[in-house]
Amino acid sequence: MSSEVINLFFYYGFFVVMLFIIGIYCVLATFNLIRALIGLEILIKAVTLLLIAVGYVTAHEALAQSLVITLIVIEAVVITISVGVVVGIHSYNKSLDVRKIRNLKG
Amino acid sequence: MYLDIIILVVLLLASLWTVMTRSILRSAIGLALTSVILSIVMFRLNSPLAAVFELSVCAGLISVLFVSTISITQPYTTEEILKRMKDMFARFRFLPLIIIVSAIGLAFVSIKPVINLPPPEAIKDARVMLWNVRGFDVMGQILILLTGVFGIVILFKEGLKK
Amino acid sequence: MYSSLILLPFFGVIVLNLPFRALMKKCAFWLCLSIVLFQICLILFPQICCFSDKLDALGSFFKFDFAVDSLSRVMLFCIGIVLFTALFVQRNNCEDEDKIFNFANVSLLILCGMNGVVMVKDIFSLYVFLEITAVSSFILIAFNKESVAFEGAFKYIILSAVATVLMLAAIALFLVISGDTGFSAISSALKVSQGRFFIGFAVGIFLCACFIKSGLVPFHGWVPDAYSSAPASVSVLLAGVVTKTVGIYTLIRIVNSIFGFGDPIKHLLLAVGAISIVVGALAALGQKDIKRMLAYSSISQVGYIVIGLGTGTALGLTGAIFHLFNHSIFKSLLFVNSAAVESETGTRDMDKLSGLAKKMPLTGITSILGSLSCAGIPPLAGFWSKLIIIIALWVSGFRGYAIIAVLASVLTLAYFLSWQRSVFFGILKEDLANVKEAGFGLVFPALILAVIIVGVGIFFPLFINSFALPIENILGG
Repeated sequence: MSSEVINLFFYYGFFVVMLFIIGIYCVLATFNLIRALIGLEILIKAVTLLLIAVGYVTAHEALAQSLVITLIVIEAVVITISVGVVVGIHSYNKSLDVRKIRNLKG
Repeated sequence: MYLDIIILVVLLLASLWTVMTRSILRSAIGLALTSVILSIVMFRLNSPLAAVFELSVCAGLISVLFVSTISITQPYTTEEILKRMKDMFARFRFLPLIIIVSAIGLAFVSIKPVINLPPPEAIKDARVMLWNVRGFDVMGQILILLTGVFGIVILFKEGLKK
Repeated sequence: MYSSLILLPFFGVIVLNLPFRALMKKCAFWLCLSIVLFQICLILFPQICCFSDKLDALGSFFKFDFAVDSLSRVMLFCIGIVLFTALFVQRNNCEDEDKIFNFANVSLLILCGMNGVVMVKDIFSLYVFLEITAVSSFILIAFNKESVAFEGAFKYIILSAVATVLMLAAIALFLVISGDTGFSAISSALKVSQGRFFIGFAVGIFLCACFIKSGLVPFHGWVPDAYSSAPASVSVLLAGVVTKTVGIYTLIRIVNSIFGFGDPIKHLLLAVGAISIVVGALAALGQKDIKRMLAYSSISQVGYIVIGLGTGTALGLTGAIFHLFNHSIFKSLLFVNSAAVESETGTRDMDKLSGLAKKMPLTGITSILGSLSCAGIPPLAGFWSKLIIIIALWVSGFRGYAIIAVLASVLTLAYFLSWQRSVFFGILKEDLANVKEAGFGLVFPALILAVIIVGVGIFFPLFINSFALPIENILGG
């Protein structure tokens, strides 16, 4: 394959890595449970972009698209369940701040 | 190519705004914005079907979910929000710095290995691919949707007991 | 024939949710139990499945494509046994018909998920079924809607989601060189382009994701919280099979079928395994809560499995899989016992308990068998698997790790003895005078599991021939 395509892959890879850093930083640094979920969403966005870019570079768009569709369905279900858990935590603690609800020690 | 890079930079800025913004409601809206821009990128990368899914499910459904959760769980008074803002700013001010430093770092590390790309695929249509080749994943989707339904029934419907 | 293992639970869920709600609520438990029993019978006696051709035709509509070898069969058997136990425990602990109905539904779905994980030969389908299992286990942890359970579930959700993101990133990078997601395609593509930086990176993050999912030491923070905050039946399920399937089985399968046993992978597995063994055992010594102690002990035992895998030889792999089987059995037995103690006395704090052996003889005896098997005391099953792992380590030249494994086994014995001494032996406290033996639903599965432990231990020579020889064939396959 031409080196142009490879260059393209690395351009996209660069932005994927940036998105990863943003997402991980958000998950680690925040004290708010909903914001942690938003950080997870950004991580999943990064992976979606990576899959689509890989499909484009290797001319496997059909495979990449079918994988991404499955991924999006799963993502929606996972976020729904975690939102349910967050609402449950809120109903007990009246707060979404991690510092106020640390009953478990790890 | 330049247009693509501009869109990607906008995507990065949108996600940065999502993380850095002080109000959590704006953060959810920023996530929807990120999704919309991502779906434009996907459309430009020859993946229209997945782009439509991203637009409808992620930008639509998931942001509705987040916004409704925030409206259920938002008890803060104005002072609390003001206090929280300073608190957040202290923790997140390093993020743009980290991004810029790692961007410069990555730009200098130019690993350009020779990759043996695989041959192009036989099936060009994503719908045919999804139903005829990856049917097992469709089964998985059905199962996980059922799981999600039971999760909603168990976590939401029965009412929270104290 | 194996497509029935996915399709039957799936149809079970659909049948349970047909309009006859009142009737279905009554038979939900029995339907679920019979599907689980069918799975156990199918593994033990493959010839009973005579109607499976029609189901296979239906499976081919969904492009079912399975690779079932002896490792998969061991896991399928464990899944059946542990889910059987968990169903009985749940029925014993909860009278509410609605709750049992919901539990039966979700456990059928988690059964689908785990069976899928065990049988697929495509890395993306593996991810899909991992997520089904993970989502069902989030629901099950938060099943009773207690405050701590929500927090444990949230911790598990965050770490598990990060792990799956890492896994997907690795899958995307493999896609660059292979263009397909089948195990064999990726494996052959990896052989061609070995030594590239980003492939090494992808392998690294995939292994990291597996470590998070199986709760090995740098990433073990969620394990004690999730196990101790979940309802009793769910901790049996989680500790017995769920984390073993999503973490350890995936690790063994991927390393064996795709990555191969290169030197860096071997050393990584050995180091992580040894650290987990030591840290888990030391942390278990300091626990006062029975379930938290069992959770840390679980981390330590998972370390043994990983260290056995790290030898990369047929003997080590046999030991690892055998220990995986044993661990499922004895850890679910110990969690059933802790559920029995909790349901009769109302506490899990070891300081508040003592002398229960007189009041709960069956629970006492089975828990002694379980702990001795876990600590590796001969003739019980756990002794043989630990012995195989240590011999494999010694033979393949990792003698330092073998010594660590032996010494940590003493630590295991120490914390189990202290558990036994404080809970079951000693003088009966006055406020525990009215305690009686736990109900049928807690004693019956404990007895079955204890019989398996003793039986496998005593008839080990018979067992190893049908067990170990097939495993040598799957190495590198």
